[in-house]
Amino acid sequence: MERRIYLDNASTTFVSSEVLEEMMPCFNVIYGNAGSLHSYGREAMAVVDKARDRIKTAINASKANEIYFTSGGTESDDWAILGVAHANADKGKHIITSQIEHHAVLNACHQLEKEGFEITYLPVNKHGLVDLAELLHAIRKDTILISIMAVNNEVGTIQNVKAIAKIAHGYDILFHTDAVQAVGVMSIDVQDMDIDLLSMSSHKLHGPKGVGALYVRNGVKIDPILFGGINQERGKRAGTENVPAIAGFGKAVEIAVKNHIINNKKFKTIREYFLEKLEEKVDHYQVNGHPHQKANSILNVSFYGIEGESVLMLLDLAGICVSTSSACTSKSLLPSHVLQAMGVADDVAQGAVRFSFGTNTSKSDVDYVIDELVKVIAKLRAISPIQAGRV
Amino acid sequence: MYSKKVMERFQNPRNAGTLQGANAVGQVGNATCGDIMKMYLKINDNGIVEDAKFRTFGCCAAIASTDIACDLIKGKTIEDALKISNKDVVDMLGELPPHKIHCSVLAEESIRAAIEDYYKRLEKASKDALKKTRKKPTK
Repeated sequence: MERRIYLDNASTTFVSSEVLEEMMPCFNVIYGNAGSLHSYGREAMAVVDKARDRIKTAINASKANEIYFTSGGTESDDWAILGVAHANADKGKHIITSQIEHHAVLNACHQLEKEGFEITYLPVNKHGLVDLAELLHAIRKDTILISIMAVNNEVGTIQNVKAIAKIAHGYDILFHTDAVQAVGVMSIDVQDMDIDLLSMSSHKLHGPKGVGALYVRNGVKIDPILFGGINQERGKRAGTENVPAIAGFGKAVEIAVKNHIINNKKFKTIREYFLEKLEEKVDHYQVNGHPHQKANSILNVSFYGIEGESVLMLLDLAGICVSTSSACTSKSLLPSHVLQAMGVADDVAQGAVRFSFGTNTSKSDVDYVIDELVKVIAKLRAISPIQAGRV
Repeated sequence: MYSKKVMERFQNPRNAGTLQGANAVGQVGNATCGDIMKMYLKINDNGIVEDAKFRTFGCCAAIASTDIACDLIKGKTIEDALKISNKDVVDMLGELPPHKIHCSVLAEESIRAAIEDYYKRLEKASKDALKKTRKKPTK
């Protein structure tokens, strides 16, 4: 295998050299426990504070103490949902979310159902957009939280987060958004967008894995979900701060937000070029997602008559790394819950492949991918009992 | 995740395609679970599977399982072909990941579906033959 092309940046990204540089001293020089009172501890805490400040600036939080470090997107989502539900259960036990959320949110909601909470899973339209009228219709007197993701990880659709937050606050309901795929893709201003809680992850934007954050607006009631330490993260999140990862995460967010406009231009050019080539060389396919309101870094395509995993595996043999729906569900047999919610037929949903671009993806990469894709599709269609043209 | 044998069969299936003159065709599976398998057999007058081919919509394991199933039944009598189980398919493939075992089950079912179709055709043929022998009632 000579050439390798990584088009799975929505799953994870490489750690950039600037980020790595920021992290390195934290392993063997600034190695103190950020909770210690001595100089080693204070140095480590200074690193954590610096990162917190960078993230505060990147999402325009009003105070740095509204940023809580976690072990990643999943913990942030789980904590937001479970923590808010437990702390506000006296006001009501109803939560609204959507059918296309990441499983970090969906499974936390399923857990709450076992605890006696009621969850409304809003449908989406064929482009993957939550309908605001449906949202209004679902709101009840006992609704305490609305959680809708900013950017969908499978198809890249961008929700009307600001409008949803406005609706939530009109009814005195808290609003959480899973922004794991959104930071660095769209501009995020938690004050302007009126967001109460926002989940972030580091490894989607060239930071290290195993670290993320939850923004919790001051005044929002939230219970901890980890019990252990009492001092870390102002008593809200127990566990020794992962100083190297936090340092890297802070740097990664700073860079991603600073470069988000220029990166988006790159993604848009690559995505359009990919679509142009696809139209030129491939028959019988559909693009899943929203035509305009979308992350340009994600392109989800269903190839008719064939199944996504076999496309993935044959592309992998040609050195091309893509994913079917999302990496988290790649071992599942069912079609993507996101595509199902969008009304995509099962056999078409099973034929979905997600290409997610990086800042280093070139047009020559796309040319190579399309050439290989043409071969792979022809090979699989030749042995499929489903005739692509008839779908 | 997949054994060498699965990948080898997935990349270069030996029995993929449609079989000219097939007299037994069976299809199993559905798009919801992600696999549709179609098995084509040519069974001779002595009840021996002379040739077998397949077409599959599905993952690597599904494609490899049907390809192996074709190998397993070629040259066998109908009776022996029906004895082939999903375990035989898995054994031939070396191994399958636990969540892909159902692919081998589908492969077994596709053999049965094709043989069922063969019997249906036989039944229809004998009925037709019987009809031809029926004499027109004399007025």
